[in-house]
Amino acid sequence: MSQTEIYEKLTDVFRDVFDDEDLTPTAEMTADDVEEWDSLSHIRLMLSVEKAFGVRFSTVELGGLKSVGDLAGLVESKLNGAG
Amino acid sequence: MTDRGILFWLPPKPADFAARLTAAQASDGPLAPALKALANHALDINGLNRLAKALRKARGEGRSLRPLTPFRLGVLSNSTTALIAPALEATALRYGLALEVVEAPFGQIVQEALDPEGLLATSELDAVLIAVDVYGAPLRETPGDADAAEATLAGALGQFDLVRDGLRANTRATLIWQTLPRLPETLFGSYDFRLPGTSRWLVDQLNRRLADSLPGDELLVDIAGLAETLGLDRWHDPVLRNIGKLPFAQEFAPVYAEHVARVIGALRGKSRKALVLDLDNTVWGGIIGDDGLEGIVIGQGSALGEAHLSVQQGALDLHGRGVVLAVSSKNEDETARTPFRQHADMLLKEDHIAVFQANWIDKATNLATIADALTLGRDALVFLDDNPAERMQVRSEHPEIAVPELPADAAFYARALNAGGYFEAVAFSDDDRNRSGFYKENARRLQLQGSAGSLDAYHASLEMVATFQPFDAVGRARISQLINKSNQFNLTTRRYTEAQVGEMEADAGRFTLQARLADVFGDNGMISVVVADRGADAWEIDTWLMSCRVLGRRMEEAVLAELVRAAKAAGAKALVGRFIPSDKNMMVAKHYEKLGFEKIAETDEGETVWRLALEGVADRTLPMQIVRPAAVGA
Repeated sequence: MSQTEIYEKLTDVFRDVFDDEDLTPTAEMTADDVEEWDSLSHIRLMLSVEKAFGVRFSTVELGGLKSVGDLAGLVESKLNGAG
Repeated sequence: MTDRGILFWLPPKPADFAARLTAAQASDGPLAPALKALANHALDINGLNRLAKALRKARGEGRSLRPLTPFRLGVLSNSTTALIAPALEATALRYGLALEVVEAPFGQIVQEALDPEGLLATSELDAVLIAVDVYGAPLRETPGDADAAEATLAGALGQFDLVRDGLRANTRATLIWQTLPRLPETLFGSYDFRLPGTSRWLVDQLNRRLADSLPGDELLVDIAGLAETLGLDRWHDPVLRNIGKLPFAQEFAPVYAEHVARVIGALRGKSRKALVLDLDNTVWGGIIGDDGLEGIVIGQGSALGEAHLSVQQGALDLHGRGVVLAVSSKNEDETARTPFRQHADMLLKEDHIAVFQANWIDKATNLATIADALTLGRDALVFLDDNPAERMQVRSEHPEIAVPELPADAAFYARALNAGGYFEAVAFSDDDRNRSGFYKENARRLQLQGSAGSLDAYHASLEMVATFQPFDAVGRARISQLINKSNQFNLTTRRYTEAQVGEMEADAGRFTLQARLADVFGDNGMISVVVADRGADAWEIDTWLMSCRVLGRRMEEAVLAELVRAAKAAGAKALVGRFIPSDKNMMVAKHYEKLGFEKIAETDEGETVWRLALEGVADRTLPMQIVRPAAVGA
C-alpha cells in the first residue's frame, strides 16, 4: 500500500473517530492540532487504525507515536512486513 | 458472519451514516426517531460515539427527545468508563431510552456510594451500574487455604454490602450489578477449578454468591457470561489495560453496552413480547406449497432438518417462558397448516401459535394485523424471516418491529434470534408462564387492509430489473426444472421434458419467454416461464408459471405486458388464458381475473378459460426496468 493510499484510508478513520467530516490528516499533524484528540479518543483512534489496516500495535509502538506521520510510517512498515 | 462482538443480528452500519446523522441534526423535524433508526445498526465504537455526541448536543440545546424515555444512569467503576459511557448512551436509543450517564470518579467506588453529598447522591439517578471487575474486587489469592478463601469472599461481599447500603440510603436508584469475568491466566492449570483460593475459584464463587444474595429489586448483568461467550483471551486486552486502565478490550464496548441496555430496557418494559415466524425456509427447509409434506426438510436425520428444528426449539423455549408465537407466511392457509397437523417431526403445533396469518398479502401489513389481533404494540414484535427482501420491507414500513438479520446458513438462525436479546427479562413469574395461552384465546383473524402507497415506495426501493428472453440453450435446464417443479403459481401445471423444452426454442408456432429478476439484494435468477401458441387471431397461453418468492412485486403485470407487446406486434387480437386447478395452485385461480381478462368458459371440474382483447390494453407504469438481451444459442 502506498503512502497516498494509507493517507486516504487514514482520512476516513480520522473523520469517523473525531466526528469531523472536514478533517484531513497530514504528516505534521499532532494531537494539539485536533480539538477532539484527547487521551481517550486517541485509544479509539488506535483501535480504529488497527481495524482499518488489519494490523496490531505493540505497547512500545503505541508509546512512540508523536504525529500522524509517525502513525502512517508505522502502518506502512507493518504492511510491508518490516515492522 | 456470526460474530456476536460486532452485533451480527443487526443490519450493518449504513454507508451514509455520517450524512444521515448530520441531516437529522440539521432538520427541524423530530430528532429522536432518526437517532433511534441509526442506533438500530451494528455500530462500532466510533459510530456509537458520534451518535452519543449528537444526543448530548440535542440535550444541551434543550431539543425535544420525545418519544424516548429519559433515564439517568450512574456508573461506578474501578476502571476507565469514559469510552463506555457514550457507547451506553447511544446503544440505549435502540431500546427507546434517552440515557444520560453520570460517571463517578473511577476507583472510588465505596467512597462515592457512601457520600450523601456526592455526585451519585445528588444526580437524581434512575439506576446505578456497579461495574466492578477482578481488578476492583478485593480477591487475594490463597491457593489451597479454604478458610482464608472463605474469609476473602466474605470480605468482598461485605464490601458490596457497603456499596449497596450507601447507594440505597443516598439515592432512590435501582442498583445494577455485574458478574466479574475471570482472567484467562491460571496458576496450576485445570486444577485451579478445584482448589479453593485460586483466582478462578474465588471469581466463580463470588459471582454465584453475588447473584444469590441480590434483593429482588436489584438487577444483574451477566458480563462474565458475555466475556466467556466472546472469549476471555479477547476480552482481557493487556495492552489497553496497561495504557489506559480500560476494563476490557474496547472493540467489545458495543456488545457490552448492548447487554447493559437490554437489562435497563427490560426494567422499563421495553422487552419484546411476541415472536412472528415465517414458515418456508425458516421453520422448515423448502417450500411447502411446491415441495409438499414429504418434500420439506425438518427434523433429525439431515443437517438442514436439524438446523430448522433448532429454530422451532428456540421458539418453543420462548413460548414456554411466556413469549407469544405467531406465524406470517406467504402461502394458502390450508397448505401452511398441513405440516403443523401432519408432519411427525414438527415440534411446533398449531396450539402454540396465537395468530396464524398465511396469505399472499405483504408481510408488513400482516405483521400490523398480528399486533392488532394480540392487542400489542408493534414495538412488542420480533419477526424472523430468511428472506432479506421481506425483512427490508417490514423494517422500512414498521421500524419499531425488531427484525434480526439472518446469516445465509439456517444453522445460525436460532443463534441470531437468541443473540439479539429481544426477550430480556429481569424476573420470571407465574403470569409469564401462562401468558401465551391468554393471548391465544383473545387472538382472532382480522381483515387486512391494503397499503398501496407504502407498497409503491417499497417497490421503488427494490430497484428491480426484469430481463425477458425467449427460451434458449443456456436457460434450457432451468426452464425445464421450473416447468416440472413449480406447483403453486402455475396456471396449467403442464410438464415438459428438457428435450421438449429444447424443441420449443425453434418452434415458430410457439411464443416462449424466460424471465429473470434482479433487485438490490442480488439476482433472484429465473423467476417466470411462459409458453403461448401463436394463433392468427388469438394467442393461447399454454404455460405460465412464476416463483413465489417474487410475488407482490407486480412481476405478473410485467410478464403480461411483455406478452401483450409480442402478440400485438404479431398482429394478434387477443390473449386466451386457461386455469387448470390442481390441489396446489388455488392461489392463481383468480390470476387472469386480476389481470383484467374476461371469463369465457368454465367446466364442471373448475377449469376456466379467459380472454383479453388486446385493443383496449393500456400501457402501465411498472416499478422495474425491463431488459431484452439479444437471443443466445439460437
